[in-house]
Amino acid sequence: MFLQGYLPSILEGAALTLEVAAASLVVSVFLGLVGAMFKMAHSRALVWLAELYSTVVRGVPDLVWMFLLFFGGQMLINDLAERLGWAAPEINPMIAGILTIGFIFGAYMTETFRGAIMSVPKGQMEAGLAYGMSPLRVFFRVTAPQMVRFALPSFSNNWLVLVKSTALVSVIGLNDMMYKADTAKSITQEPFTVYMVVAAIYLLITTVSIVALNALNKRYSTGVRESEL
Amino acid sequence: MIDVNLMIENFPTFLGGGSGEPVLSTTDGLILTLELLFYSLVGGLLLSIPLGLMRVSKNRLVASAVWLYTYVFRGTPMLVQLFIIYYGLSQFQVVRDSWTWEYLQEAYFCALLAFTLNTAAYTTEIIAGQIRNTHWGEIEAAKAMGMSKWLMMRRIIIPAALRRALPAYSNEVVMMLQGTSIAGLVTLADVTGVARRIYSDTYMPFEPFLMAGLIYLAFTFLFVWLFKLAERRWLAYLAPRKH
Repeated sequence: MFLQGYLPSILEGAALTLEVAAASLVVSVFLGLVGAMFKMAHSRALVWLAELYSTVVRGVPDLVWMFLLFFGGQMLINDLAERLGWAAPEINPMIAGILTIGFIFGAYMTETFRGAIMSVPKGQMEAGLAYGMSPLRVFFRVTAPQMVRFALPSFSNNWLVLVKSTALVSVIGLNDMMYKADTAKSITQEPFTVYMVVAAIYLLITTVSIVALNALNKRYSTGVRESEL
Repeated sequence: MIDVNLMIENFPTFLGGGSGEPVLSTTDGLILTLELLFYSLVGGLLLSIPLGLMRVSKNRLVASAVWLYTYVFRGTPMLVQLFIIYYGLSQFQVVRDSWTWEYLQEAYFCALLAFTLNTAAYTTEIIAGQIRNTHWGEIEAAKAMGMSKWLMMRRIIIPAALRRALPAYSNEVVMMLQGTSIAGLVTLADVTGVARRIYSDTYMPFEPFLMAGLIYLAFTFLFVWLFKLAERRWLAYLAPRKH
């Protein structure tokens, strides 16, 4: 039997990997939008804060962030619980992993969205404001639909890097694909086959993502004139 | 909450010195990280120039073989590549019997091999992209001068492509610096590995990992600055006009 029947277990891990990736993408898009708005805010403090976030996060490896936030966060929460006289709460590694990856890629998304918002002609937003829309409504009705086209190439890149980063979450105790592969490797004694299957699944995820994002890019670039040399 | 004294006290450990308990040898920590980074970048760059040329070759078979290589290595996590080499290859008796086993059973060489193949894949695409970007006028001028294909490659296309690749390559170098942090997951004691050992000795999470983070951050800034200097030196003709 192929891999002594460990294939379903690896596929289960793959589902969890995808879940973590998708959920962290949501977190990172949210943080990225907030970061981009901060960077373009009038307040010096907000600009500085967003600048600090995007620079420091991108200058430190994902793995170090995971250890720092997971182990450090755990200690902080335990400390806090102790001071309040509660029992130490159990930290869900799934949520910890999602928040950590989301936090890291929010910094990359900040740069993506800032560039994209700046690419939308300013007159568009001004026209919206002149119609009496609130700034938030201008963002969702006018800016957001038009910035998608500018954000997509860099967004696609961030998503592909994010998916590959999920390979690290097993270090903080998640039962993802890498964790399942580790178990399968020890029992089947076929490490090469096991990790080749894992690599193939990752390749499938990235390939499907590339095809889908290219289609999306085409859709959002409708009516944009391209010139060729 | 954060004990700065402990951070300072542990700092020499990252340089391979100090009390020496969590560290295996004097070249662990920062030196190991920089060593892995340097060798894999040099190896990757040397591989990627011929591969980049093959990637843009008119021979369909050659071009698509290189495409497949870069696609697979860019489409899978470097950690999986490292595990395939470090854990995976031992599955084959042929490998274990050959002379390569002496190297392949060592985490250091496996990490070096995985990092080199990974960065070579990304760098190949960067260089191939810049070769394709060569202005047609330069190629026509070189042909008009009667240059052979290889002379043109050597004197015109490759030097210009490498210069234009600098900004993208600086990103790749920073990504690789951070990528080397996974070496700690295959028993090596690089900066992240040392931090983990200090953590498991002291159960203090903030001090060692903050220190590791600061070290990576400092080197990221250093590399970004060095590449800025390099761009000023070699890409000055593409910089926007200042007056």
